[in-house]
Amino acid sequence: MEDILNAIVLMTNFLIVPGLAYGSQLALGALGITLVYGILRFSNFAHGETMAFGTMMTILVTWFLQAHGIGLGPLPTALIALPVGAAATVVLVLLTDKWVYCFYRRQKSPPVIFLIASIGVMFLMNGIVRFIIGPKDQVFTDGERFIITAGEFKQLSGLREGLAIKTTQGITVITAIVVVAALFWFLNKTRTGKSMRAYSDNEDLALLSGINPDRVVMVAWIFTAVLATIAGTLYGLDKSFKPFVYLQILLPLFASAIVGGLGNPLGAIAGGFVIAFSEVSFTFAYRKFLAYLVPDGWAPDGLVQLLSTDYKFAVSFVILVLVLLVKPTGIFSGKSL
Amino acid sequence: MTLSLRNTGLFAVMALMIVLVGVMQSWSLAFAIVNLCLISAIMALGVNIQWGYAGLLNVGVMGFAALGGLAGVLISTEPVAEAWSAGGTGIIISLIIAVITIAMATLVYTRLKGTGKMRIWATILVAFIGYFIARIFFEPAVEAIESVEPARTGFLGGFGLPIILAWIVGGVLAAGAAWVVGKISLGLRSDYLAIATLGISEIIVAILKNEDWLARGVKNVSGLPRPVPYEIDLQRSEWFQGWATSLGATPVELSSIFVKLSYASLFAVVLLIVLWLSERALNSPWGRMMRAIRDNETAANAMGKDVTARHLQVFVLGCAVIGVAGAMLTTLDGQFTPASYQPLRFTFLIWVMVIVGGSGNNWGAVLGGFLIWFFWIEAEPIGLWLMDVITAGMAEDNPLRIHLLESAAHMRLMTMGLILLLVLRFTPQGLIPERRR
Repeated sequence: MEDILNAIVLMTNFLIVPGLAYGSQLALGALGITLVYGILRFSNFAHGETMAFGTMMTILVTWFLQAHGIGLGPLPTALIALPVGAAATVVLVLLTDKWVYCFYRRQKSPPVIFLIASIGVMFLMNGIVRFIIGPKDQVFTDGERFIITAGEFKQLSGLREGLAIKTTQGITVITAIVVVAALFWFLNKTRTGKSMRAYSDNEDLALLSGINPDRVVMVAWIFTAVLATIAGTLYGLDKSFKPFVYLQILLPLFASAIVGGLGNPLGAIAGGFVIAFSEVSFTFAYRKFLAYLVPDGWAPDGLVQLLSTDYKFAVSFVILVLVLLVKPTGIFSGKSL
Repeated sequence: MTLSLRNTGLFAVMALMIVLVGVMQSWSLAFAIVNLCLISAIMALGVNIQWGYAGLLNVGVMGFAALGGLAGVLISTEPVAEAWSAGGTGIIISLIIAVITIAMATLVYTRLKGTGKMRIWATILVAFIGYFIARIFFEPAVEAIESVEPARTGFLGGFGLPIILAWIVGGVLAAGAAWVVGKISLGLRSDYLAIATLGISEIIVAILKNEDWLARGVKNVSGLPRPVPYEIDLQRSEWFQGWATSLGATPVELSSIFVKLSYASLFAVVLLIVLWLSERALNSPWGRMMRAIRDNETAANAMGKDVTARHLQVFVLGCAVIGVAGAMLTTLDGQFTPASYQPLRFTFLIWVMVIVGGSGNNWGAVLGGFLIWFFWIEAEPIGLWLMDVITAGMAEDNPLRIHLLESAAHMRLMTMGLILLLVLRFTPQGLIPERRR
């Protein structure tokens, strides 16, 4: 019996807790991609860099606060800095819309042109981020490191396996729940939210019923920027901030959005968790887990790892390919082809 | 292959800028730039075939170029006999199993048509079983190969053939990968191709970084044989020394320029062949059909053109050209460094070249390749100079001045982004617009 408990704790510690945290980060990021897709109808390649920019602004404010001795005690200071970072990102994103995308909207350009423009924006933001903060690794988390450490858990439960939950992981999941709840409340209950959904469903009909497209687009961008900043900061807190990582995370983000169904917010969340859990469980070494469950002496010799962690991006890609082959509209049937 | 006066002028300006670098900085640098300009131009032609002819968005140029580079290693390095005897059979067996698995999975998938969910699960099951069986043979073989003199070899080596052959093989490898990606993602919404190519390129580079038995991974393969003479041999030979004195240059300097010129002429031949073929294709009935599909897919479809098949064809062709250029790049570097494949440098920079040069026009792509590569190299000195001028009023140890000077290197990302956005907005047809017919 104890062996089974140990196995469950081991699984929770290395698979479920990290998966939940990573899934929340992906879900928040994919929500931004899906919002832009639903309202503006293009795949925003600059989204990863928007996340990087938001995180960078948050880090700068965090440093400023830390220098003045302002903090949240056990919680990371970055949480106070987050609104400021988000505000700065909103300004940047609205400016890019005004200077870049607005023109193509007036021209009614095909989505591909928007996509290329977003690549230009990506370059630009990437340059800005590296210019201001440099390409190096930045650690900006402070406060209490763990909610519960492995040692404490072992003492509490008397089990051989420990369960450690990092503060950042706890914050990530709680923040994600709050943000997603707020977003859905907004989309389903408020007038602006309803007009956004109407615009996403049928642009012509929405315009005919007097919905102001500029306002819908603006609100969509504001949400995207805020979501990107939160997702980026949580990711940065959980791991560390490296500008190039935000370029690589683009693939899992797109995979999450497409798996769930592009343009469908609920799908983006589901997709985020699908991708995160597959990534974690495919790269998890099951040896110790199996050793607890099988009789003595049967334990496998190898790591029993399906894929080395170097190929975690391959997991999101394979899932993406499977979805494209089997159900291109995604699990929750987003926009049709 | 006709050029108007204006376009000839543009190329003349380009040549003048390179000459200026030769005079102001050094001729060796000028020819180094020319070599990479030539390779960039070929890559840009490849992207232009996809984007300009057919409107296909390939965001994975990096991956296809890296496959070309891999061909350089596989063709030119000497085979490592010890590694082959240690794990060669294991690798071959696991590759055969992989092929059988893919065939079985496809068979299951096609045979079980109409059985709904079961078909998918059965296919996945077959793939999983095959994967595990292949790994039984694969892992010990890899371990054995990588332990053969890991500091020097630790990989299977190549075929020991002339590296020029790799240029063709690189194209074939890239075309093969492109066929798989295209088969999956073409025929769906246009964004999906972009995302799928982004994914495959990341994975190709990840494989090249981690599979040490294949091409030593991040340990790099250096000292690839050259298709041109080595500087040191030139400097030692009598006739070359005599030639150098008659020209009034030191043998060291002249040999470096001579080698770069030899590369440049090889690359120029390839560029001319690709350019000629591209122009012929663009002006043929096939090119007309491609443009018809690009401009109105529905109409072309109604006229009986198989849009998806034609897209696949043009996508594979474009990637093959990129693969050739990738192999040429490895040849020029004389080494294969998987870590150097960065999406900004290999994918998006090529895109800027095509957009700036003029999408749909082959001469435009060539000009774009030259121009953008030139500025990519020269942006750093220019940026540094600019920062120096801006901050000239500040004290030497002003932290802002130091930060600005250090960050000047990142200026080029911003410059490229800005150029792309400005061109897309104000002259979307590029420097040499597509000819109206």
